[in-house]
Amino acid sequence: MTGQAVEPEIGRARLRKEDARLITGQTNWTDNIQVAGLLHLAILRSPMAHARVTRVDVSPALERPGVFAAFSGADLAEGLGSLPCAWPVTEDIVLPEHPPIAVDEVRYAGDPVAVVAARDRYAAADALEAIEVDYEPLPPVLDLEAALADGAPLVHADKGTNRCYTWPLATGESFEAVRERAEVTLRRRYHQQRLIPNAMEPRAVVVTPLAASGEYTVYSATQIPHILRIMLSAVTGVPEHKLRVIAPDVGGGFGSKLQVYGEEALALAVARRLGRPVKWTESRSEGYLATHHGRGMIQDVEIAATREGRLLGLKVDLTADMGAYLMLVTPGIPILGAFMYPAIYKMDSYAFTCTGVFTTRTPTDAYRGAGRPEATFAIERIMDDLAHELGLDPIELRRRNWIRHEEFPYTTIAGLTYDTGDYESATDKALALFGYDDLRAEQRGRAERGDTVRLGIGVSTFTEMCGLAPSRVLRDLRYGAGGWEAASIRMLPTGTVEVVTGTSPHGQGHVTCWSQIAADVLGVPFEDVEVVHGDTKAAPQGMDTYGSRSLTVGGEAVHRAAVKVVDKARKVAAHLLEASEQDLEFQAGVFSVRGSPEARKTIQEIALETFMAHNLPDGVEPTINAESLVDPENFSYPHGTHLCAVEVDTETGKTEIRKYVCVDDVGHVVNPMIVEGQVHGGLAQGIAQALYEEAVYDDEGNLVSGTMADYLVPSAADLPEFVTDRTETPAASNSMGVKGVGEAGTIASTPAVVNAVVDALRPLGVDDVRMPCAPHRVWQAVRAARSGRAAEPAGTGPAQSGQSGQAAQGGDIGQYGDTGSSGDTGSSGKEGPA
Amino acid sequence: MIPPAFEYTRPGSVDEAVRALADAGEEAKVLAGGQSLLPLLRLRLAFPELVVDVGRIPELRGVREDGDTLVIGAMTTHHDVVHDPLVRRHAGLLAQATATVADPAVRHRGTLGGSLAHADPAGDLPAVALALDAALVVAGPGGRRTVPAREFFVDYLQSALAPDELLLEVRIPKRAGWGFHYEKFHAVAQSWAIVAVAALVRRDDGHIAEARVALTNMGPTPLRATAAEEALTGADGPGAVARAAEAAAEGTRPSQDLSASPEYREHLARVLTRRAVLTATGTG
Repeated sequence: MTGQAVEPEIGRARLRKEDARLITGQTNWTDNIQVAGLLHLAILRSPMAHARVTRVDVSPALERPGVFAAFSGADLAEGLGSLPCAWPVTEDIVLPEHPPIAVDEVRYAGDPVAVVAARDRYAAADALEAIEVDYEPLPPVLDLEAALADGAPLVHADKGTNRCYTWPLATGESFEAVRERAEVTLRRRYHQQRLIPNAMEPRAVVVTPLAASGEYTVYSATQIPHILRIMLSAVTGVPEHKLRVIAPDVGGGFGSKLQVYGEEALALAVARRLGRPVKWTESRSEGYLATHHGRGMIQDVEIAATREGRLLGLKVDLTADMGAYLMLVTPGIPILGAFMYPAIYKMDSYAFTCTGVFTTRTPTDAYRGAGRPEATFAIERIMDDLAHELGLDPIELRRRNWIRHEEFPYTTIAGLTYDTGDYESATDKALALFGYDDLRAEQRGRAERGDTVRLGIGVSTFTEMCGLAPSRVLRDLRYGAGGWEAASIRMLPTGTVEVVTGTSPHGQGHVTCWSQIAADVLGVPFEDVEVVHGDTKAAPQGMDTYGSRSLTVGGEAVHRAAVKVVDKARKVAAHLLEASEQDLEFQAGVFSVRGSPEARKTIQEIALETFMAHNLPDGVEPTINAESLVDPENFSYPHGTHLCAVEVDTETGKTEIRKYVCVDDVGHVVNPMIVEGQVHGGLAQGIAQALYEEAVYDDEGNLVSGTMADYLVPSAADLPEFVTDRTETPAASNSMGVKGVGEAGTIASTPAVVNAVVDALRPLGVDDVRMPCAPHRVWQAVRAARSGRAAEPAGTGPAQSGQSGQAAQGGDIGQYGDTGSSGDTGSSGKEGPA
Repeated sequence: MIPPAFEYTRPGSVDEAVRALADAGEEAKVLAGGQSLLPLLRLRLAFPELVVDVGRIPELRGVREDGDTLVIGAMTTHHDVVHDPLVRRHAGLLAQATATVADPAVRHRGTLGGSLAHADPAGDLPAVALALDAALVVAGPGGRRTVPAREFFVDYLQSALAPDELLLEVRIPKRAGWGFHYEKFHAVAQSWAIVAVAALVRRDDGHIAEARVALTNMGPTPLRATAAEEALTGADGPGAVARAAEAAAEGTRPSQDLSASPEYREHLARVLTRRAVLTATGTG
């Protein structure tokens, strides 16, 4: 570096350093790891949703060729504790035991009952068929509301209830009071179907023991190596300092690898028992059963407003499907959403409750957005419904209620303080890109002509809280950890740089972005920076990657550590240049003395001089390395305006996205290409919930959407060309002004799409379509509306009120018979005050 | 998942393949492109003792003409079918429908013969073979025989092939001057058709002289919509086509699954038949 002006790294669309190896696969995915003497595990899983296990005989499996060992749950029970739940959201929460492998009762189809260790994967899989298990069936628990009724069959009989917790929040005026003075109230019931996360890389774990010293290395396809190390120590009793956890390159997670899984504990337990290295890799269909699911809620929402469209209050009653057990943060997921229902709007009253319910289904937990997509869906859906009720344009209704840009920082009715935002600019930009007025004109034309293909326009003006950070806030939410992040920077003698981060990338591009940040602050070439991550030995401190936290917390830590390095280097530079620190300038990696430009030292020269330590100032330790632990005082609040136009074929029920425009504000941007990629992927996942994906269970509790043939993940061929743009309102809570972007597209897009579908069909009398808005559901909704049938009440039987509709009636799998109209829907227009 | 253990053989000729099948009795499965058999093996829904891989038998691959007939080797991949000039000229319906099969990766491996022999009523090509009046040439220990497409699809996932028979080629009569269209309705691009309609139409003097309509996924086998075909004969104009298409679901037995009820499938068959025929006549 010579110190001439160079293009800043932050803001450059750098190609990703990690892609050459990730895309070609020339890397260490966990399943690629080979170790001498490796045994392969296969797991026998319950074929029933709920049963008592009266006998497990693994001995016939031992007769099979290549089998080394086989264990039942009882065989492994000693030395294996309950899997952890780190977010007991209330003091009186019901916390059931969760053995990593079932001992006497199975509680979802897929619950492990036995494990085989064999010389290869084939032998292990074959041997499962020899294991004998006797099950005494118990009644499945599938319907969320029925599960709460007196006398309902229980998932955990010893707990005496299926109610896990009820978590309330009420702020501002009482909702009853604002309902009383409201001119318009609207009640809606929305369903958040269950979703299956579908990371590209399935879960995998390898454990290598060092028997002599009792040390274990756990390689896992995880988002959270640091948390996993602590929790595995607690579950297995292996002391934390004897455990090393490595997350090698990890192929996606979307929250599904923010988990401490039974299989990870089992692999460690079996490796300890046998003194042999073991590997377990799930198949895709096994993952559908055993990797946690997302969403799964019934949302009863009531909104109160004046006739002019000023919001007065919001009431939300959530019923959330926990599944069979509480996993790492299961109960907290809906609570993350609790603060987001009021979204970007000002109002006088907010009343929220969430009741968590146990069912005999795969446990739920974090899935991209985690609570916030559900909240955003409900508020943005009901805002469009309210606009229709009031005869207002949905954009206009939002304008009348959102926080104006000059009002920031603004403390919302839910108690969050939004640091910055500019909803006006993002919306204006989106409207211009969308061609809003022209599309509205086309929509009217089609409706007037009675076109069988209708146009609909959906709006979503979202914000979210992310960048899980303030440890004190997390304490108040009873979250079992802090929210800081760590980074350290090692200035190597040859001039290159190692950035050690506590974040754990699984596709996000941290290596590239952290290199850009460090290169900018230190003034070293981008290529000279390497990033070390995902290994508790090499990067010992960290809180890992989830909740769009890595940049705002972990990236900020890199930034601050780099600033510290420069500060330390400045002292050495001043000494070597025989100048005072105040007279030094630092630009593009070069210290120079003001007024004598020939006196200069690059930071890399300083690194070498420091390593040599021949000529350091008195009292200065021979290092310019630095670390930083960052615990921001606020969350990050990205926002944006998403507009979706759909064409709905009313003959077939098929929805095609005609145009999708989003303008996101994620503050300053480190790498615009990566931001664009995050937005595209996020949109795809949010659209998938709106139109395609659903985990469907039959009335016995079997997952019937058990493969990708039935669980419809869309591909690029199903999605439109996205029109994306940005506004940049810098965040006030970190020095780079950045906000999270990992979940924004998913959170924003689902309501935009469903609002558009409903908007297309309103002239035909349809006021809701349940997600996913698959063709048969849309067709049913249109047909029901045309035949003049009133909206059928939901909430009377398992097929309708089964949470997210999973409990299908015999012969009517997939809620086919659902009209798609929301039940428990009411609205009342009152006359204005006399 | 991991497939169960099986023996594997890769014969170099049709005779060797037939002998391998005959020796194995009912316990052998033919591996063509592997796009149906491998998932069945991996999900442990099929347990063959022997897998006979016919992927290296040169005579099973390729497209040729035989007078008024187009002959397509059973092991010709979907990709090759889509891009073959003879297929495009003489059996445009097949090229068009094959281009809708799954995704590019599947089309590079999957084969026409494999798709027909699998006899999945949700597959796109069985109905197309039916609409085209294709004939299927099969070889067994006793020699070769030709089975018309309308006799080939016996039941769900069951063809007229005996366990020791191998599908060799598909013979399609050239059909000059016929309009065609494959109207596929599916939830996502790579998923199977919920319902699809293959239509072939010969026009004469402004009206439909003759129509062939075959249905995908409207019963345990692909079906010809004979009532609709009869009603279409002589139809002139979109109104008449629409009226005739109302008969498209007659005689069908569609199934229930996560994507559709039988009633919805019947409705789709009518709508898609109308659209397919109108497009085939150039008026859609």
